[in-house]
Amino acid sequence: MSQDPTDLPMVQFLSMEGEVRVPAQWAEYGEYLKNLTEADYLKFYRDMARIRRFDNEATALQRQGQLGLWVPAIGQEGAQIGSGYGVGPNDHIFPSYREHGVALTHGIDLMSILKMLRGVNHGGWNPDETRFHLYAIVLGTQVLHATGYAMGVKFDGKVGTGNKDEDLAVISYMGDGATAEGDVSEAFLFAAVNESPIVFFVQNNQWAISSRSSAQTKVPLYQRGDGFGVPGVRIDGNDVLASYAVTAKHMDDARAGKGPSLIEALTYRIGAHTTSDDPTRYREDEEVEYWKARDPITRFEKFLRRNGVAQDFFDEVEHAGELLSAEIREATFALKNPPIENMFKHVYSEQHPVIDEQLAWLEGYEASFGGEQQ
Amino acid sequence: MSNMVELPIAKAITAGLREAMRKDDKVLMFGEDVAQLGGVFRVTEGLLDEFGKNRIFDSPIAESGIIGTAIGLAMRGYRPVAEIQFDGFIFPAFDQITSQLARLQNRSEGFTKMPVVIRVPYGGGIGAVEHHSESPEAYFAHTPGLRVISPSTPNDAYWMIQQAIESTDPVLFFEPKRRYWQKGMVNLDEAPGGMHQARVVVPGNDVTLVAYGPMMNVALEAAALGAEEGKSIEVIDIRSMSPIDFATIVDSVKKTGRLVVAHEASTFVSISSEIAARVAELAFYHLEAPPIRVGGFDVPYPAAKLEEKFLPDADRILDAIDRVLAF
Repeated sequence: MSQDPTDLPMVQFLSMEGEVRVPAQWAEYGEYLKNLTEADYLKFYRDMARIRRFDNEATALQRQGQLGLWVPAIGQEGAQIGSGYGVGPNDHIFPSYREHGVALTHGIDLMSILKMLRGVNHGGWNPDETRFHLYAIVLGTQVLHATGYAMGVKFDGKVGTGNKDEDLAVISYMGDGATAEGDVSEAFLFAAVNESPIVFFVQNNQWAISSRSSAQTKVPLYQRGDGFGVPGVRIDGNDVLASYAVTAKHMDDARAGKGPSLIEALTYRIGAHTTSDDPTRYREDEEVEYWKARDPITRFEKFLRRNGVAQDFFDEVEHAGELLSAEIREATFALKNPPIENMFKHVYSEQHPVIDEQLAWLEGYEASFGGEQQ
Repeated sequence: MSNMVELPIAKAITAGLREAMRKDDKVLMFGEDVAQLGGVFRVTEGLLDEFGKNRIFDSPIAESGIIGTAIGLAMRGYRPVAEIQFDGFIFPAFDQITSQLARLQNRSEGFTKMPVVIRVPYGGGIGAVEHHSESPEAYFAHTPGLRVISPSTPNDAYWMIQQAIESTDPVLFFEPKRRYWQKGMVNLDEAPGGMHQARVVVPGNDVTLVAYGPMMNVALEAAALGAEEGKSIEVIDIRSMSPIDFATIVDSVKKTGRLVVAHEASTFVSISSEIAARVAELAFYHLEAPPIRVGGFDVPYPAAKLEEKFLPDADRILDAIDRVLAF
């Protein structure tokens, strides 16, 4: 490798051996670790393991033709589960399309994600109820939506009141590739001039399909917001504790009215960009092995074992994973194709003559086959 | 007796915006130079004084950002009215409008509503520099999920902007900028029908002439000149380019047997193309002549000293009318 991106300063609490250290310069973030109980630690591990299992099973389902595509997030579980739990109970989340772990922390039915990648619908969960908005496929578009949402939160007077039940902030996820989009720069600008309650969470998994981050940025990504007035910090994205603590503090600050900020979580995309991609064409196995050795789940397992978590727990997680695999396989095989009228639904909220006419025509056309065709 | 006032189109829109902001405090207004200055055409003049900077504010000069944040504000329960300063500046926002705004209700299976209005001063005839005279309505009419309308009179302007803001769907509101200062009576008590209803402005028997927005004046002039020559021209203002009220057009063509459609936009794959095709489908046996489209040429909007030759005028419309009558 020409450079090791971990050379830059970044917030890290968990060593490769699973020891927790809080360096003095990150003490403010370290305070947030005090919020965590043993139950939280076990939850972090359980969710990271669960989403890894889900990811592997989804890849298998795609290979068997059950999904049109799969978008693996393997290697990014620390960044996603940690930050997902750093988000507060009123906060809103605007994901890109690889945030399966964040989705899990917010109660999104994992089958919804599979349905989308099978082509049954475009997600189907309620963004207001779950506070987890729909996946966005066109890179960076959701970052502007998140910023507009945060502007609205401020107009509502739900920032900096000090009332924990009222105040809220917004977090927008994106990848290193998406930061190159103009929409992301515009979002930084709108958020900064409006002092909006938003955190931009960049998962730098180091590869935008086949391009290295160096093709997307000349300065480290955590500095990308500086010129817009959006200060940033880099974290070890494979350290679930750093991801939790830094996200929790930045969300608190945003809720308190301190304006927008950026978190760059340095991580690594262990898998392909999608199941349509072949990463062996553009990167060396040696690099992948280097990052596999920094796996967020095994690192956190070392931490748990050091702290006396017994083998029973890991066995239980393994067993839960087996059940999950069986469940989603069965549920995926049982998925039905959507009825044809679904494509006409909600194109408009109010009556529209073209939609009415075309749906009526298609139904008549289909009926003319007397049920012989689908 | 209805409450009538005389207003130019620009100020009728202002009055409609004010009314909408008074009725619903979720209505927000933003765009480039709309607050302190009141917009480069002064359409939002006075609104900052009345409603304050939390209801109307200046945006950075970033059109994708304007529409992208409008979408986010709508997700938060607001009814954003975004101004794109000139027609030619809408394209940086094209992705947010067509890939995001237009699809979000459908993509979210109705959980997310998109009551966003995008106001666009459009069209030529004002001697402007490049990118200030475009008619981009067909791009948006082509996109499922959007509604596209354009008023041609102060009364329509006053009511249609309010109807657009009340709509739960995203609406592109195209304002005929060269007619901004044309005055007319506004009935403050009673709306002239829904925003997608076409209107027969001049009844006639020989030929149906369809137009909208800034082309309506030209169409009316052509009809008056034609009448002097004994031609009975029925003029229809469609008012809405998506959806189009085909019933009104087809009823007229069934009576006249002839159709001419006029607009400023380039003619290829245009609103007139769609109207001609649909009328051929729906009223083929009533047609006495092929429909003729009279639009801008299929060239980039020319330098200002040539725009008079680019834009359809009454003579070009009358030439088309002569051709359908002679067929």
